Amino acid sequence: MSLKTAIDNGADAVYMGFRDNTNARAFPGLNFDEAQAAEGLRYAHDRGRKVLLALNTYPQTDTWSRWTGAVDRAAKLGMDAVILADAGLMRYAVKNHPQLRLHLSVQGSATSYEAVNFYREHFGIQRAVLPRVLSLPQVENVVKNTPVEIELFGFGGLCVMVEGRCLLSSYCTGESPNSAGVCSPAKAVQWKETPAGLESRLNGVLLDRYGKDEKAGYPTLCKGRFEVGGETYYAIEEPTSLNTLDLLPEMLKMGIAAIKIEGRQRSPAYVAQVTKVWRAAIDAVKKNAAGFTPTPAWMAELNKLSEGQSHTLGAYHRPWK
Amino acid sequence: MLNLPVFPPLLASLVNKLPATPPSLMFSLAANQLLWPALKALDWQPLSGRRYAIRVKDLGLNLRFTVTPRGFSPDSGTPDLTISATARDFLLLLSRKEDPDTLFFSRRLVSEGDTELGLTVKNLLDALDPEAMLRRLPLPLAWVAQRLMAA
Repeated sequence: MSLKTAIDNGADAVYMGFRDNTNARAFPGLNFDEAQAAEGLRYAHDRGRKVLLALNTYPQTDTWSRWTGAVDRAAKLGMDAVILADAGLMRYAVKNHPQLRLHLSVQGSATSYEAVNFYREHFGIQRAVLPRVLSLPQVENVVKNTPVEIELFGFGGLCVMVEGRCLLSSYCTGESPNSAGVCSPAKAVQWKETPAGLESRLNGVLLDRYGKDEKAGYPTLCKGRFEVGGETYYAIEEPTSLNTLDLLPEMLKMGIAAIKIEGRQRSPAYVAQVTKVWRAAIDAVKKNAAGFTPTPAWMAELNKLSEGQSHTLGAYHRPWK
Repeated sequence: MLNLPVFPPLLASLVNKLPATPPSLMFSLAANQLLWPALKALDWQPLSGRRYAIRVKDLGLNLRFTVTPRGFSPDSGTPDLTISATARDFLLLLSRKEDPDTLFFSRRLVSEGDTELGLTVKNLLDALDPEAMLRRLPLPLAWVAQRLMAA
């Protein structure tokens, strides 16, 4: 339903995953079986939009065929592209389905044009999603030196800055996105109201304790508050959302091919609100980039949906650089 | 946006004094009659046999039930999953005006118990197509639901 909502509200392309750990959002009840995927594709294609399949986890040796099977299914269903992180799987796709369009996932952690061009030369990738660790001038440097389309994150929860290489979730639960397709698996998460506040725990490890009326965040280790040197604070990262609406004219001017917005594990209500704002903003920039300023109404709408207390421009904006 | 009155506290405290079973029984009977025909095609397998509680805080209502292949059934055991919110927030959720994560992070929606079960319920409900659902609801209820979603 979120796919339909995204398309109805103006998304040019929507990501989906199959119902297993071949994608990094392997949550119970989420994602698409083959019939649902076909229905989603039909809905998108009838309206001139695209569907991209996230196949962005790393295959495990004993279940390699699950990943290659997913590539085969993607080709059979007519996915507009598959987004991959594993080089072995890319090789499989190129050999067996040369017509299938390949994108490099953020989980591949390519941050330089040399890395992006390597994937281009060896596997013919046509687009790369850059990790959220680069500043805008660094992004521009990549864009200028590669024929590969570049896709950037625009809105959503921020990860700790080791994208594609983070093992924090495994530390507590034995499962993390690259191997198990999930960060903080729901079965390991506990929420509990206590006299001291709302506690979130991951496999028994206390992540945070929220005071009455204090906004809560995703139950991930990177966003917990911990006691370090006698002080309790966000020792790894503060829970904030990325919101790059302010940078949109610059991003489009440097030739960014697509803006990526978090939505795959979110409800239709969120998807509708966020997609509507970004569609309107992108159209406004295309009409008049010089005169673009995000309207207060857009910002208010996005702030309401942000995780944590605030939003940030992330690493894109580093004035001290 | 919906502008619903807060339920009068006196009335809420009266409802609160009723034993839990009659409201749970009434809820299950009504839900089976009105909603089940529209919901039964969903994949209930991972959810059936588990115990649920819906607490409507401002109404003092505590609805406890389980789901079977034949529909909802009242239950008085310890719930595996308890979802609490105000009547207004439940309506905002049902009419898809608000996102459950947003309500949860802003502490308006409280989920206690089995987190994985809660996520499965959320994803099941998110996958519902409201238009198809409306067509399968009894007419008066479909009318109310449509008004809520358009509000």
